[in-house]
Amino acid sequence: MSDGNQPPASLKVVGTRPIRPDGVDKVTGRAQFGADFHLPGMLTGRIKRSPHAHARIVKIDISAAEKRPGVKAVVTGADLDVGAGGDIEAGEHAAAMKDVAANCLASGKVFYQGHAVAAVAATSPEIAAEALDLIEVTYEVLPHVVDVDEAMAPGAPVLHDDMFTKGVTPKPTKASNVAQKHVMGRGDVAGAFAAAEVVVEGRYTTAAVHQGYIEPHACVAAWGADGQSTIWCSSQGQFLVRAMTARILNLPLSDIKVIPAEIGGGFGGKTTVYLEPVALALSRKCGRPVKLVMSREEVFLASGPTSGSSMDIRLAATKDGKITAAEMTLRYQAGAFAGSPVNLGCMTAFACYDVENLALVGYDVVSNRPKVAAYRAPGAPMAAFAVESAIDDLARKLKMDPIDLRILNAVKDGAKTVYGATVRYSAFIETLEAVKAHPHYKAKLGPGQARGVAAGFWFNIGGESSAAVHVDEDGGATVVSSNPDIGGSRASMAMMAAETLGLPIERVRCTVADTTSIGFSGSTGGSRVTFATGMAVVEAAQKVVADLRRRAAQTWECDIAHVEWKDGVATCLDPSKDAKPLSLKALAGKSAKTGGPIAAEVSLNAQGAAAGYGVHVCDLEIDPETGRTTILRYTAAQDVGRAIHPAYVEGQLQGGAAQGVGWALNEEYVYNSNGLLDNASFLDYRMPVASDLPMIDTILVEAKPNPRHPYGAKGVGEVPIVPPLAAVANAISAIVGQRMTSLPLSPAKVLAAMGGG
Amino acid sequence: MSRTVVNAVVNGEPVEFLAGGGQSLLDALRDELRLTGSKEGCGTGDCGACSVIVDGRLVCACLMLAPEAEGKRIETIEGLADNGHLHPLQHQFLEHAALQCGFCTPGLLMASKALLDRNPDPTETEVRYWLAGNICRCTGYDKVVRAVMDAAADLRQEGKSK
Repeated sequence: MSDGNQPPASLKVVGTRPIRPDGVDKVTGRAQFGADFHLPGMLTGRIKRSPHAHARIVKIDISAAEKRPGVKAVVTGADLDVGAGGDIEAGEHAAAMKDVAANCLASGKVFYQGHAVAAVAATSPEIAAEALDLIEVTYEVLPHVVDVDEAMAPGAPVLHDDMFTKGVTPKPTKASNVAQKHVMGRGDVAGAFAAAEVVVEGRYTTAAVHQGYIEPHACVAAWGADGQSTIWCSSQGQFLVRAMTARILNLPLSDIKVIPAEIGGGFGGKTTVYLEPVALALSRKCGRPVKLVMSREEVFLASGPTSGSSMDIRLAATKDGKITAAEMTLRYQAGAFAGSPVNLGCMTAFACYDVENLALVGYDVVSNRPKVAAYRAPGAPMAAFAVESAIDDLARKLKMDPIDLRILNAVKDGAKTVYGATVRYSAFIETLEAVKAHPHYKAKLGPGQARGVAAGFWFNIGGESSAAVHVDEDGGATVVSSNPDIGGSRASMAMMAAETLGLPIERVRCTVADTTSIGFSGSTGGSRVTFATGMAVVEAAQKVVADLRRRAAQTWECDIAHVEWKDGVATCLDPSKDAKPLSLKALAGKSAKTGGPIAAEVSLNAQGAAAGYGVHVCDLEIDPETGRTTILRYTAAQDVGRAIHPAYVEGQLQGGAAQGVGWALNEEYVYNSNGLLDNASFLDYRMPVASDLPMIDTILVEAKPNPRHPYGAKGVGEVPIVPPLAAVANAISAIVGQRMTSLPLSPAKVLAAMGGG
Repeated sequence: MSRTVVNAVVNGEPVEFLAGGGQSLLDALRDELRLTGSKEGCGTGDCGACSVIVDGRLVCACLMLAPEAEGKRIETIEGLADNGHLHPLQHQFLEHAALQCGFCTPGLLMASKALLDRNPDPTETEVRYWLAGNICRCTGYDKVVRAVMDAAADLRQEGKSK
């Protein structure tokens, strides 16, 4: 097959900006999100949650609730049956199913305020709310700890009696809150520091932040009398929901059908389950469909967020700016159960740079907070905050341009990363150079203004995906994707199919299928969909083209080698035949006579996802009266391979930058002395709004299309949240005149550093 | 629980529905009238995903009680397109790729309509401050603001040609 790997000049659809196939549904209110489903006889579910940060559950009495007229089912942790537990691969991490189950409904102990302890299903929201009050839970309140450093300290309240730090030999004899110690490195770090001409060091902290998707978690579950169930839900992976729900309720996968709703944002936070097993357990108990929808307060209390962190970093360098060694200790909050992304923090911290001697230690630490969930480039933004701040220190110390310093130390193809991978198809240096050449970087700053620069890295992943391409009888085509469309992926799937088939984009539609209608796929996460599922789409379309050529050859009675496929038309190259070209439409119309329906499905395990690199530039000023930061200008540049739909790639850069700015300036989980969350609302958890931001300029660097993808795509969604934390902090530090090391850089903190307040 | 009969005009059509005393307009729209285009992102008036226009005024439907809709004219996202023809705002949101997940989009569109109804030629700053009550976590607002500015220009052009 030759039709896949066309040179860019021949591309007719890839690289253009068509309207997305699901666009009209989303601007007219027709799109069905998680909470929009309604079934006859459907009940309202509600979840009773812990008022304590840490407590033993002495007793749960559900008898009064069960007796309340209108209450149809009540469940507790005892209704789940996760058996031996085990892990399920959830994209960028493996999920320990015993913990996922205990997070859905507590077992024995509650580990954070808002931890689910019981659930009800009732005939109205009012009765469901009343029933929650009728459930009596007796707690023995235990001492709590929410700070990561305090949780590691000797004498801290221990959450799990059976947590003995992994990665330490010999195995510790005492349980602690450190789930795992990760160590990675290379070279002679001590020697390099001894010989260093310049050393910079610092201690950095970041607050826990929430993914902040606007759509709260929601699902409807319907148990069938034959034991076969259907779940409609908003998630980043219908197959993941099926796998986790089946495991937690000890059911065969084939008895659960998960229908993906439209998803109102996820950013990694919807790569696990909170509600689905509970809703299905309720439905199983009463035989009626049950809808469970989280309130915003529940979303903050009991889903997400990502880790807060504390980090120590030291860099050694020559006086010319070559970084010779780095050592870093990272301590990440995991929340109530093991599994922070600290290992990913260690792996990504220096992935942009070619540093010979490295020593990284990461600690995965539990505390009385909600279990962290993946959040866009999990683990990388915090590590990059420390690394890019330290590099900024180095640039200032050496009076070097921050871009030049990064170019000097940038990784090149062929370099080995600290986690063992070889750098390939990277355009980090090209991205740095693109920023340097951009008018923003050359623009003059006004008085009191400063500019921050920072870089970021993300692996991007491939993995298992399935897709089908069906040719319609009238010559159009339908693409069946296996991944929820979280930000326009239907458009890129349809575009790649149109490009391969030679159809105009308007003739190709794309749908997202349920778990019974397409082969397995990993979740929408890891920036993998356009790469991996896109590869399945292209291969399915290539199979369709091969079939169309075969049918044309059969019609013309010529050798298939003499059939060329171009622009949706088969042409006979055999000069001995007097054959008129056959369009896709003509071939589709005759399909019954040439072998039946024209379709292909491909399932694959995509390899060769290329990493992405981003460089952001931020200009800002600070109000000296209030300490409030105003972002004046922002440019995000990224190595994107080739942009399939450039507008949606720009959107990823802009959205990631905005989330990173929120992380840098305002967002944080604020706990009081009782370990209770003080700001579980959008009013008090302050995410960027339109008036907080300027336009966000983007530079899509297409210097190195990924040769492992038919159209050169790299993952693009996650990189853009990695650089902003330090890009903002570096600019603020320049104005304040001291290194700002603790996020968020809220007005009060900045004002105090400026000597005001 | 006692429920009252509410008569209102929704997207130009007279409607009658039963509303509980504590029920929000948003719940009535979504659960009684099955107009699920208006979304609940917070239930506390902070995110704007439930923005609707009541007697010409932009409101969060989650902050208004359903019985208060008696006798009111309510515009929701389902009524923004005119007989299947997209409103210029809808058209420009699609052209600019001003949505990713699309969950905040109905609220952003209704809030933008309320802005352009009163200010046909807003500056970028006016658009940003008017939309400050509508949180979008996906786009960083860049393409949203551009779409609203371009839709305003389209509407002014339409007005001139009439």
